[in-house]
Amino acid sequence: MPVIEVTSLHKRYGELVAVDDVSFAVEAGEIFGILGPNGAGKTTTVECVSGLRVPDGGGVSVLGLDPRRDAARLRQLVGVQLQESQLPDRLRVAEALELYASFYRDPADPAALMDKLGLGDKRNTAYKDLSGGQKQRLSIALALVGNPKIAVLDELTTGLDPQARRDTWGLIEQVRDSGVTIVLVTHFMEEAERLCDRVAVIDQGRVVALDSPAGLVSTVAPEQRVRFRPSAPVDDRLLADLPEVVSVHRTGGQVVVTGTGDVLHAVTSVLARNQIVAADLRLEQSTLDDAFVELTGHRPAD
Amino acid sequence: MHAFGQILKIETRLYLRDRSTLFTIIGLPLLLLVVFGFIPAARQPDPLFDDRTFIEYFAPSLLVITLAMAGVNILPTVLATYRERGVLRRLATTPASPAALLAAQLVISLGAILVSAVLLIAVARLAFGVPLPRHPLGFALAFVLGTAALLALGLLVAAVARTTKAAQALAVPLFLVTMFFGGVYVPRFILPDLLVRIGDYTPPGVQALLDAWTVASPQPLHLAIMAVIAVLAGTAAAKLFRWE
Repeated sequence: MPVIEVTSLHKRYGELVAVDDVSFAVEAGEIFGILGPNGAGKTTTVECVSGLRVPDGGGVSVLGLDPRRDAARLRQLVGVQLQESQLPDRLRVAEALELYASFYRDPADPAALMDKLGLGDKRNTAYKDLSGGQKQRLSIALALVGNPKIAVLDELTTGLDPQARRDTWGLIEQVRDSGVTIVLVTHFMEEAERLCDRVAVIDQGRVVALDSPAGLVSTVAPEQRVRFRPSAPVDDRLLADLPEVVSVHRTGGQVVVTGTGDVLHAVTSVLARNQIVAADLRLEQSTLDDAFVELTGHRPAD
Repeated sequence: MHAFGQILKIETRLYLRDRSTLFTIIGLPLLLLVVFGFIPAARQPDPLFDDRTFIEYFAPSLLVITLAMAGVNILPTVLATYRERGVLRRLATTPASPAALLAAQLVISLGAILVSAVLLIAVARLAFGVPLPRHPLGFALAFVLGTAALLALGLLVAAVARTTKAAQALAVPLFLVTMFFGGVYVPRFILPDLLVRIGDYTPPGVQALLDAWTVASPQPLHLAIMAVIAVLAGTAAAKLFRWE
Protein backbone atom coordinates (compact mmCIF):
# COMPACT_ATOMS: atom_id res chain seq x y z
CA MET A 1 0.00 0.00 0.00
CA PRO A 2 1.38 3.43 -0.92
CA VAL A 3 2.37 5.74 1.95
CA ILE A 4 1.56 8.88 -0.03
CA GLU A 5 -1.26 9.14 -2.54
CA VAL A 6 -1.84 12.33 -4.49
CA THR A 7 -4.82 12.34 -6.84
CA SER A 8 -5.67 15.16 -9.26
CA LEU A 9 -4.08 17.76 -7.01
CA HIS A 10 -4.94 21.33 -8.00
CA LYS A 11 -3.66 24.52 -6.40
CA ARG A 12 -3.70 28.11 -7.57
CA TYR A 13 -2.57 31.42 -6.11
CA GLY A 14 -5.09 33.95 -7.35
CA GLU A 15 -4.96 33.70 -11.13
CA LEU A 16 -1.74 31.72 -11.20
CA VAL A 17 -2.21 27.97 -11.45
CA ALA A 18 0.73 26.51 -9.53
CA VAL A 19 -0.38 22.88 -9.71
CA ASP A 20 -2.84 21.99 -12.45
CA ASP A 21 -3.39 18.25 -12.18
CA VAL A 22 -0.86 16.10 -10.35
CA SER A 23 -1.28 12.47 -9.36
CA PHE A 24 1.27 10.00 -8.03
CA ALA A 25 1.75 7.41 -5.34
CA VAL A 26 4.85 6.85 -3.23
CA GLU A 27 5.59 3.34 -1.96
CA ALA A 28 7.01 2.63 1.49
CA GLY A 29 10.79 2.62 1.64
CA GLU A 30 11.52 4.21 -1.71
CA ILE A 31 13.26 7.42 -2.63
CA PHE A 32 10.74 9.19 -4.80
CA GLY A 33 11.99 12.12 -6.85
CA ILE A 34 9.97 15.09 -8.00
CA LEU A 35 11.73 16.73 -10.93
CA GLY A 36 10.82 19.72 -12.97
CA PRO A 37 11.93 23.12 -14.22
CA ASN A 38 11.69 26.14 -11.89
CA GLY A 39 8.09 27.13 -11.33
CA ALA A 40 6.73 23.75 -12.42
CA GLY A 41 4.82 23.29 -9.17
CA LYS A 42 7.19 20.92 -7.34
CA THR A 43 7.41 22.86 -4.11
CA THR A 44 3.69 23.60 -4.00
CA THR A 45 3.01 19.89 -4.47
CA VAL A 46 5.16 18.85 -1.52
CA GLU A 47 3.78 21.72 0.56
CA CYS A 48 0.30 20.26 0.03
CA VAL A 49 1.65 16.82 1.00
CA SER A 50 3.25 18.30 4.14
CA GLY A 51 0.03 20.07 5.10
CA LEU A 52 1.56 23.54 4.77
CA ARG A 53 -0.89 24.46 2.02
CA VAL A 54 -4.50 23.57 1.45
CA PRO A 55 -5.22 22.19 -2.06
CA ASP A 56 -7.97 23.82 -4.13
CA GLY A 57 -8.90 20.46 -5.58
CA GLY A 58 -8.00 16.78 -5.59
CA GLY A 59 -6.96 14.55 -2.75
CA VAL A 60 -3.85 14.00 -0.69
CA SER A 61 -3.46 11.07 1.66
CA VAL A 62 -0.32 10.56 3.72
CA LEU A 63 0.01 7.35 5.78
CA GLY A 64 -3.74 7.07 5.40
CA LEU A 65 -4.26 10.51 6.97
CA ASP A 66 -5.54 13.79 5.58
CA PRO A 67 -2.77 16.42 5.91
CA ARG A 68 -5.35 19.04 6.83
CA ARG A 69 -7.69 17.21 9.20
CA ASP A 70 -5.02 15.09 10.87
CA ALA A 71 -2.31 17.76 10.80
CA ALA A 72 -1.26 17.22 14.41
CA ARG A 73 -0.79 13.46 13.97
CA LEU A 74 1.00 13.82 10.65
CA ARG A 75 3.51 16.34 11.99
CA GLN A 76 4.68 13.62 14.35
CA LEU A 77 5.23 11.26 11.40
CA VAL A 78 6.54 13.44 8.58
CA GLY A 79 9.85 15.31 8.72
CA VAL A 80 10.19 18.22 6.34
CA GLN A 81 13.29 20.00 5.11
CA LEU A 82 12.23 23.17 3.37
CA GLN A 83 13.91 25.03 0.59
CA GLU A 84 15.95 27.96 1.91
CA SER A 85 14.88 27.61 5.48
CA GLN A 86 17.45 28.93 7.93
CA LEU A 87 17.88 29.10 11.69
CA PRO A 88 18.69 32.00 14.03
CA ASP A 89 22.37 33.02 13.72
CA ARG A 90 23.29 32.45 17.35
CA LEU A 91 21.50 29.12 17.78
CA ARG A 92 24.00 26.29 18.34
CA VAL A 93 23.83 22.92 16.62
CA ALA A 94 23.02 20.90 19.74
CA GLU A 95 20.48 23.46 20.93
CA ALA A 96 18.65 23.34 17.62
CA LEU A 97 18.47 19.55 17.64
CA GLU A 98 17.48 19.30 21.29
CA LEU A 99 14.79 21.96 20.82
CA TYR A 100 13.31 20.20 17.79
CA ALA A 101 13.57 16.82 19.51
CA SER A 102 11.45 18.20 22.36
CA PHE A 103 8.53 18.75 19.96
CA TYR A 104 8.13 15.03 19.21
CA ARG A 105 6.70 12.17 21.21
CA ASP A 106 9.34 9.65 20.20
CA PRO A 107 12.39 11.61 19.03
CA ALA A 108 15.78 10.32 17.93
CA ASP A 109 18.72 10.89 20.25
CA PRO A 110 20.13 14.29 19.23
CA ALA A 111 23.70 13.29 20.16
CA ALA A 112 23.56 10.10 18.07
CA LEU A 113 22.03 12.00 15.16
CA MET A 114 24.79 14.62 15.32
CA ASP A 115 27.43 11.89 15.15
CA LYS A 116 25.67 10.12 12.31
CA LEU A 117 25.53 13.35 10.30
CA GLY A 118 29.12 14.31 11.07
CA LEU A 119 28.14 17.24 13.28
CA GLY A 120 29.45 15.74 16.53
CA ASP A 121 32.39 18.15 16.81
CA LYS A 122 30.17 21.10 15.84
CA ARG A 123 27.67 20.68 18.65
CA ASN A 124 28.52 24.04 20.24
CA THR A 125 28.98 25.93 16.99
CA ALA A 126 26.57 28.75 16.23
CA TYR A 127 24.47 28.36 13.08
CA LYS A 128 26.09 31.37 11.41
CA ASP A 129 29.55 29.81 11.77
CA LEU A 130 28.63 26.58 9.96
CA SER A 131 29.66 25.93 6.36
CA GLY A 132 27.01 25.47 3.69
CA GLY A 133 27.37 21.70 3.85
CA GLN A 134 27.12 21.67 7.64
CA LYS A 135 24.01 23.87 7.58
CA GLN A 136 22.47 21.46 5.09
CA ARG A 137 23.32 18.47 7.26
CA LEU A 138 21.80 20.20 10.28
CA SER A 139 18.71 20.90 8.23
CA ILE A 140 18.45 17.22 7.31
CA ALA A 141 19.04 16.28 10.95
CA LEU A 142 16.12 18.52 12.01
CA ALA A 143 13.89 16.78 9.46
CA LEU A 144 14.91 13.40 10.95
CA VAL A 145 15.01 14.19 14.67
CA GLY A 146 11.36 13.26 15.16
CA ASN A 147 12.03 9.71 13.89
CA PRO A 148 9.69 10.26 10.94
CA LYS A 149 8.21 7.57 8.70
CA ILE A 150 8.48 9.95 5.74
CA ALA A 151 11.05 12.66 5.08
CA VAL A 152 10.29 15.38 2.53
CA LEU A 153 13.48 17.06 1.33
CA ASP A 154 13.17 20.11 -0.92
CA GLU A 155 16.22 21.21 -2.95
CA LEU A 156 18.50 19.26 -0.72
CA THR A 157 21.85 20.09 -2.29
CA THR A 158 21.27 23.45 -3.95
CA GLY A 159 24.24 25.69 -3.20
CA LEU A 160 26.55 22.89 -2.08
CA ASP A 161 29.94 22.17 -3.62
CA PRO A 162 30.32 18.86 -5.50
CA GLN A 163 32.00 17.05 -2.59
CA ALA A 164 29.39 18.16 -0.05
CA ARG A 165 26.70 17.17 -2.53
CA ARG A 166 28.10 13.65 -2.86
CA ASP A 167 28.42 13.32 0.91
CA THR A 168 24.80 14.38 1.30
CA TRP A 169 23.70 11.77 -1.23
CA GLY A 170 25.47 9.05 0.74
CA LEU A 171 23.65 10.25 3.82
CA ILE A 172 20.24 10.11 2.16
CA GLU A 173 20.88 6.52 1.09
CA GLN A 174 21.69 5.63 4.70
CA VAL A 175 18.45 7.26 5.85
CA ARG A 176 16.47 5.28 3.32
CA ASP A 177 18.23 2.08 4.39
CA SER A 178 17.02 2.75 7.93
CA GLY A 179 13.45 2.42 6.63
CA VAL A 180 12.40 6.03 6.03
CA THR A 181 10.48 6.80 2.86
CA ILE A 182 11.96 9.83 1.15
CA VAL A 183 10.37 12.38 -1.16
CA LEU A 184 13.10 14.36 -2.85
CA VAL A 185 12.41 17.56 -4.77
CA THR A 186 15.27 18.47 -7.06
CA HIS A 187 16.27 20.03 -10.31
CA PHE A 188 19.62 18.24 -10.42
CA MET A 189 19.35 15.39 -12.88
CA GLU A 190 22.51 13.76 -11.58
CA GLU A 191 21.05 13.73 -8.09
CA ALA A 192 17.80 12.14 -9.25
CA GLU A 193 19.65 9.56 -11.35
CA ARG A 194 21.90 8.59 -8.47
CA LEU A 195 19.33 8.51 -5.65
CA CYS A 196 15.79 8.01 -6.84
CA ASP A 197 14.03 4.69 -7.27
CA ARG A 198 11.32 6.47 -9.24
CA VAL A 199 10.81 10.02 -10.40
CA ALA A 200 7.80 12.07 -11.38
CA VAL A 201 8.65 14.80 -13.88
CA ILE A 202 6.37 17.79 -13.38
CA ASP A 203 6.04 20.51 -15.98
CA GLN A 204 3.57 23.39 -15.90
CA GLY A 205 1.66 21.85 -13.03
CA ARG A 206 1.23 18.40 -14.57
CA VAL A 207 3.02 15.07 -14.32
CA VAL A 208 4.55 14.50 -17.75
CA ALA A 209 6.33 11.25 -16.89
CA LEU A 210 6.64 8.82 -13.99
CA ASP A 211 9.14 5.99 -14.06
CA SER A 212 12.52 4.85 -12.76
CA PRO A 213 15.34 7.09 -14.00
CA ALA A 214 16.62 4.29 -16.28
CA GLY A 215 13.08 3.60 -17.50
CA LEU A 216 12.57 7.26 -18.34
CA VAL A 217 15.80 7.43 -20.29
CA SER A 218 15.12 4.28 -22.29
CA THR A 219 11.56 5.23 -23.25
CA VAL A 220 11.98 8.95 -23.74
CA ALA A 221 15.51 9.21 -25.09
CA PRO A 222 16.47 5.70 -26.16
CA GLU A 223 19.15 6.66 -28.65
CA GLN A 224 22.79 5.84 -28.12
CA ARG A 225 25.84 7.08 -29.98
CA VAL A 226 28.87 4.97 -30.87
CA ARG A 227 32.01 6.94 -31.73
CA PHE A 228 35.21 5.44 -33.07
CA ARG A 229 38.22 6.04 -35.32
CA PRO A 230 38.34 3.24 -37.96
CA SER A 231 41.73 1.64 -38.73
CA ALA A 232 40.78 1.44 -42.42
CA PRO A 233 38.25 3.29 -44.57
CA VAL A 234 34.74 2.09 -43.86
CA ASP A 235 31.72 2.43 -46.09
CA ASP A 236 28.85 4.31 -44.42
CA ARG A 237 26.31 1.98 -46.03
CA LEU A 238 27.86 -1.00 -44.26
CA LEU A 239 26.78 0.58 -40.98
CA ALA A 240 23.60 2.33 -42.09
CA ASP A 241 22.13 -0.96 -43.32
CA LEU A 242 22.18 -2.42 -39.80
CA PRO A 243 18.64 -2.57 -38.33
CA GLU A 244 19.84 -0.99 -35.02
CA VAL A 245 21.36 2.05 -36.72
CA VAL A 246 19.42 5.28 -37.22
CA SER A 247 22.09 7.52 -38.75
CA VAL A 248 25.80 7.69 -39.51
CA HIS A 249 27.90 10.79 -39.82
CA ARG A 250 31.54 11.78 -39.58
CA THR A 251 33.39 14.50 -37.71
CA GLY A 252 37.06 14.77 -38.57
CA GLY A 253 38.44 11.23 -38.58
CA GLN A 254 35.67 10.01 -36.30
CA VAL A 255 32.60 8.02 -37.26
CA VAL A 256 29.52 8.68 -35.14
CA VAL A 257 26.77 6.05 -35.34
CA THR A 258 23.43 6.80 -33.71
CA GLY A 259 21.10 3.93 -32.97
CA THR A 260 18.91 2.07 -30.54
CA GLY A 261 18.95 -1.29 -28.79
CA ASP A 262 22.25 -3.15 -28.91
CA VAL A 263 23.79 -0.80 -31.44
CA LEU A 264 27.29 -1.18 -29.97
CA HIS A 265 27.36 -4.92 -30.55
CA ALA A 266 25.97 -4.59 -34.06
CA VAL A 267 28.59 -2.01 -35.03
CA THR A 268 31.57 -3.84 -33.54
CA SER A 269 30.46 -7.13 -35.12
CA VAL A 270 30.22 -5.71 -38.61
CA LEU A 271 33.60 -3.96 -38.21
CA ALA A 272 35.21 -7.20 -37.02
CA ARG A 273 33.84 -9.12 -40.02
CA ASN A 274 35.53 -6.52 -42.25
CA GLN A 275 38.84 -6.66 -40.34
CA ILE A 276 38.50 -3.03 -39.25
CA VAL A 277 39.67 -2.09 -35.79
CA ALA A 278 37.70 0.62 -33.96
CA ALA A 279 40.13 2.84 -32.10
CA ASP A 280 39.02 5.29 -29.36
CA LEU A 281 35.70 3.44 -29.23
CA ARG A 282 33.16 5.17 -27.02
CA LEU A 283 29.51 4.56 -26.29
CA GLU A 284 27.43 7.60 -25.34
CA GLN A 285 24.11 6.83 -23.76
CA SER A 286 21.37 9.30 -23.09
CA THR A 287 21.11 10.55 -19.54
CA LEU A 288 18.22 11.73 -17.49
CA ASP A 289 19.28 15.16 -18.67
CA ASP A 290 18.39 14.27 -22.26
CA ALA A 291 15.13 12.68 -21.16
CA PHE A 292 14.28 15.81 -19.18
CA VAL A 293 14.87 18.04 -22.19
CA GLU A 294 12.74 15.74 -24.34
CA LEU A 295 9.91 15.83 -21.80
CA THR A 296 9.84 19.47 -20.84
CA GLY A 297 11.61 21.31 -23.63
CA HIS A 298 13.79 23.01 -20.99
CA ARG A 299 17.42 22.60 -20.13
CA PRO A 300 17.63 21.53 -16.51
CA ALA A 301 18.39 24.70 -14.55
CA ASP A 302 21.65 24.99 -12.65
CA MET B 1 2.79 23.81 26.42
CA HIS B 2 5.94 21.72 26.70
CA ALA B 3 7.10 22.99 23.30
CA PHE B 4 6.39 26.58 24.35
CA GLY B 5 8.54 26.14 27.45
CA GLN B 6 11.44 24.79 25.38
CA ILE B 7 11.11 27.55 22.80
CA LEU B 8 11.00 30.18 25.55
CA LYS B 9 14.14 28.72 27.11
CA ILE B 10 16.10 28.73 23.84
CA GLU B 11 14.84 32.15 22.72
CA THR B 12 15.80 33.61 26.10
CA ARG B 13 19.32 32.25 25.65
CA LEU B 14 19.50 33.75 22.17
CA TYR B 15 18.29 37.10 23.52
CA LEU B 16 20.93 37.04 26.27
CA ARG B 17 23.62 36.26 23.70
CA ASP B 18 22.85 39.47 21.84
CA ARG B 19 24.94 41.78 23.97
CA SER B 20 24.33 44.97 22.00
CA THR B 21 20.56 44.59 22.34
CA LEU B 22 20.84 43.91 26.05
CA PHE B 23 23.02 46.98 26.46
CA THR B 24 20.55 49.27 24.72
CA ILE B 25 17.55 47.92 26.57
CA ILE B 26 19.01 47.64 30.07
CA GLY B 27 22.49 49.17 30.15
CA LEU B 28 22.00 52.44 28.28
CA PRO B 29 19.18 53.86 30.47
CA LEU B 30 21.18 52.95 33.59
CA LEU B 31 24.34 54.48 32.18
CA LEU B 32 22.54 57.75 31.36
CA LEU B 33 20.98 57.77 34.82
CA VAL B 34 24.40 57.45 36.41
CA VAL B 35 25.95 60.09 34.13
CA PHE B 36 23.22 62.63 34.93
CA GLY B 37 23.31 61.57 38.56
CA PHE B 38 26.90 62.71 38.86
CA ILE B 39 26.04 66.20 37.63
CA PRO B 40 25.36 68.15 40.86
CA ALA B 41 22.91 70.54 39.18
CA ALA B 42 20.76 67.60 38.09
CA ARG B 43 20.31 66.65 41.74
CA GLN B 44 19.20 70.13 42.84
CA PRO B 45 15.48 70.84 43.14
CA ASP B 46 14.54 73.36 40.50
CA PRO B 47 11.35 75.47 40.18
CA LEU B 48 11.41 74.55 36.48
CA PHE B 49 10.48 70.98 37.53
CA ASP B 50 8.01 71.95 40.26
CA ASP B 51 10.83 71.91 42.80
CA ARG B 52 11.93 68.43 41.89
CA THR B 53 15.34 67.46 40.53
CA PHE B 54 16.15 67.05 36.85
CA ILE B 55 16.83 63.35 37.54
CA GLU B 56 13.28 62.88 38.83
CA TYR B 57 11.94 64.75 35.84
CA PHE B 58 14.05 62.81 33.33
CA ALA B 59 13.75 59.26 34.76
CA PRO B 60 10.51 58.41 32.87
CA SER B 61 12.26 59.36 29.61
CA LEU B 62 14.98 56.84 30.44
CA LEU B 63 12.24 54.22 30.69
CA VAL B 64 11.10 55.29 27.24
CA ILE B 65 14.50 54.21 25.84
CA THR B 66 13.91 50.67 27.11
CA LEU B 67 10.32 50.51 25.92
CA ALA B 68 11.04 51.96 22.48
CA MET B 69 14.04 49.74 21.92
CA ALA B 70 12.41 46.50 23.04
CA GLY B 71 8.94 47.23 21.66
CA VAL B 72 9.22 48.93 18.30
CA ASN B 73 12.81 48.14 17.34
CA ILE B 74 14.00 44.71 18.49
CA LEU B 75 10.68 42.83 18.52
CA PRO B 76 9.60 43.61 14.94
CA THR B 77 13.13 43.12 13.59
CA VAL B 78 13.52 39.71 15.23
CA LEU B 79 10.08 38.54 14.06
CA ALA B 80 10.58 39.80 10.51
CA THR B 81 13.99 38.11 10.40
CA TYR B 82 12.49 34.83 11.61
CA ARG B 83 9.84 35.03 8.93
CA GLU B 84 12.23 36.03 6.16
CA ARG B 85 14.70 33.26 7.02
CA GLY B 86 11.94 30.65 7.12
CA VAL B 87 12.29 29.94 10.85
CA LEU B 88 8.52 30.33 11.34
CA ARG B 89 7.74 28.17 8.30
CA ARG B 90 10.10 25.47 9.43
CA LEU B 91 8.42 25.43 12.82
CA ALA B 92 5.04 25.08 11.09
CA THR B 93 6.17 21.67 9.76
CA THR B 94 6.80 20.35 13.28
CA PRO B 95 4.30 19.55 16.04
CA ALA B 96 5.21 22.95 17.56
CA SER B 97 3.40 26.04 16.34
CA PRO B 98 5.09 29.20 15.06
CA ALA B 99 2.64 31.05 17.34
CA ALA B 100 4.62 29.65 20.26
CA LEU B 101 7.73 31.43 18.96
CA LEU B 102 5.83 34.70 18.65
CA ALA B 103 4.46 34.31 22.17
CA ALA B 104 7.95 33.53 23.49
CA GLN B 105 9.31 36.70 21.88
CA LEU B 106 6.56 38.75 23.54
CA VAL B 107 7.24 37.20 26.94
CA ILE B 108 10.97 37.85 26.58
CA SER B 109 10.41 41.47 25.52
CA LEU B 110 8.19 41.98 28.54
CA GLY B 111 10.74 40.33 30.78
CA ALA B 112 13.58 42.52 29.50
CA ILE B 113 11.44 45.64 29.91
CA LEU B 114 10.48 44.67 33.44
CA VAL B 115 14.06 43.91 34.50
CA SER B 116 15.23 47.21 33.07
CA ALA B 117 12.43 49.19 34.74
CA VAL B 118 13.02 47.61 38.14
CA LEU B 119 16.77 48.23 37.93
CA LEU B 120 16.24 51.82 36.84
CA ILE B 121 13.76 52.59 39.61
CA ALA B 122 15.95 50.88 42.21
CA VAL B 123 19.21 52.58 41.18
CA ALA B 124 17.46 55.96 40.94
CA ARG B 125 16.10 55.47 44.43
CA LEU B 126 19.23 54.06 46.08
CA ALA B 127 21.92 56.11 44.37
CA PHE B 128 20.24 59.39 43.55
CA GLY B 129 17.40 59.70 46.02
CA VAL B 130 14.63 59.62 43.44
CA PRO B 131 11.48 58.65 45.40
CA LEU B 132 9.67 55.48 44.41
CA PRO B 133 6.54 56.09 42.32
CA ARG B 134 4.10 58.07 44.48
CA HIS B 135 1.11 56.37 42.96
CA PRO B 136 2.21 52.75 42.50
CA LEU B 137 -1.06 51.51 41.02
CA GLY B 138 -1.32 54.42 38.59
CA PHE B 139 2.32 53.95 37.68
CA ALA B 140 1.85 50.23 37.08
CA LEU B 141 -1.19 50.98 34.93
CA ALA B 142 0.59 53.66 32.90
CA PHE B 143 3.58 51.35 32.51
CA VAL B 144 1.52 48.32 31.43
CA LEU B 145 -0.65 50.28 28.99
CA GLY B 146 2.31 52.19 27.53
CA THR B 147 4.24 48.93 27.12
CA ALA B 148 1.23 47.22 25.55
CA ALA B 149 0.78 50.09 23.07
CA LEU B 150 4.43 49.94 21.98
CA LEU B 151 4.55 46.13 21.75
CA ALA B 152 1.35 46.19 19.67
CA LEU B 153 2.89 48.77 17.34
CA GLY B 154 5.98 46.55 17.13
CA LEU B 155 3.82 43.57 16.20
CA LEU B 156 2.02 45.68 13.61
CA VAL B 157 5.36 46.56 12.00
CA ALA B 158 6.30 42.85 11.98
CA ALA B 159 2.92 42.08 10.42
CA VAL B 160 3.02 44.55 7.53
CA ALA B 161 6.75 44.32 6.71
CA ARG B 162 7.50 41.54 4.25
CA THR B 163 11.25 41.53 4.79
CA THR B 164 13.74 42.34 7.51
CA LYS B 165 14.82 45.43 5.59
CA ALA B 166 11.23 46.63 5.31
CA ALA B 167 10.71 46.01 9.03
CA GLN B 168 13.75 48.12 9.84
CA ALA B 169 12.64 50.84 7.43
CA LEU B 170 9.40 51.09 9.42
CA ALA B 171 10.82 50.41 12.87
CA VAL B 172 13.61 52.97 12.83
CA PRO B 173 11.43 56.08 12.21
CA LEU B 174 8.87 54.77 14.71
CA PHE B 175 11.67 54.27 17.22
CA LEU B 176 13.05 57.78 16.64
CA VAL B 177 9.60 59.37 16.96
CA THR B 178 8.94 57.45 20.17
CA MET B 179 12.28 58.55 21.61
CA PHE B 180 11.77 62.16 20.53
CA PHE B 181 8.28 62.59 21.96
CA GLY B 182 9.35 60.61 25.02
CA GLY B 183 11.78 63.45 25.73
CA VAL B 184 14.90 61.34 25.31
CA TYR B 185 16.74 63.47 22.77
CA VAL B 186 15.63 66.85 24.04
CA PRO B 187 14.15 67.14 27.56
CA ARG B 188 10.52 68.01 27.18
CA PHE B 189 10.65 71.28 29.13
CA ILE B 190 12.65 72.74 26.25
CA LEU B 191 10.11 71.65 23.61
CA PRO B 192 7.26 73.92 22.44
CA ASP B 193 3.97 73.26 24.16
CA LEU B 194 2.37 71.66 21.11
CA LEU B 195 5.09 69.02 20.84
CA VAL B 196 4.81 68.29 24.56
CA ARG B 197 1.03 67.77 24.17
CA ILE B 198 1.61 65.42 21.22
CA GLY B 199 4.13 63.58 23.40
CA ASP B 200 1.48 63.07 26.08
CA TYR B 201 -0.45 60.89 23.67
CA THR B 202 2.51 59.22 21.96
CA PRO B 203 3.19 55.71 23.27
CA PRO B 204 4.31 54.88 25.86
CA GLY B 205 2.84 58.13 27.29
CA VAL B 206 5.74 59.64 29.17
CA GLN B 207 3.56 62.27 30.94
CA ALA B 208 1.41 59.60 32.55
CA LEU B 209 4.55 57.85 33.79
CA LEU B 210 5.91 61.15 35.12
CA ASP B 211 2.62 62.05 36.82
CA ALA B 212 2.30 58.70 38.55
CA TRP B 213 5.96 58.71 39.54
CA THR B 214 6.09 62.22 40.98
CA VAL B 215 2.62 63.64 41.66
CA ALA B 216 -0.44 61.45 41.85
CA SER B 217 -2.65 59.39 39.61
CA PRO B 218 -2.12 59.76 35.86
CA GLN B 219 -4.79 61.44 33.76
CA PRO B 220 -7.45 58.95 32.61
CA LEU B 221 -7.40 60.32 29.06
CA HIS B 222 -3.66 59.62 28.76
CA LEU B 223 -4.22 56.04 29.86
CA ALA B 224 -7.29 55.56 27.70
CA ILE B 225 -5.43 56.64 24.56
CA MET B 226 -2.67 54.09 25.27
CA ALA B 227 -5.29 51.36 25.74
CA VAL B 228 -6.98 52.32 22.46
CA ILE B 229 -3.67 52.29 20.57
CA ALA B 230 -2.78 48.90 22.09
CA VAL B 231 -6.11 47.36 21.08
CA LEU B 232 -6.20 48.86 17.57
CA ALA B 233 -2.59 48.08 16.69
CA GLY B 234 -2.82 44.65 18.30
CA THR B 235 -5.98 43.74 16.41
CA ALA B 236 -4.57 44.99 13.11
CA ALA B 237 -1.35 43.04 13.72
CA ALA B 238 -3.27 39.85 14.46
CA LYS B 239 -5.31 40.28 11.25
CA LEU B 240 -2.34 41.11 9.04
CA PHE B 241 0.32 38.81 10.42
CA ARG B 242 1.67 36.23 7.95
CA TRP B 243 3.79 33.28 8.91
CA GLU B 244 5.71 33.31 5.62
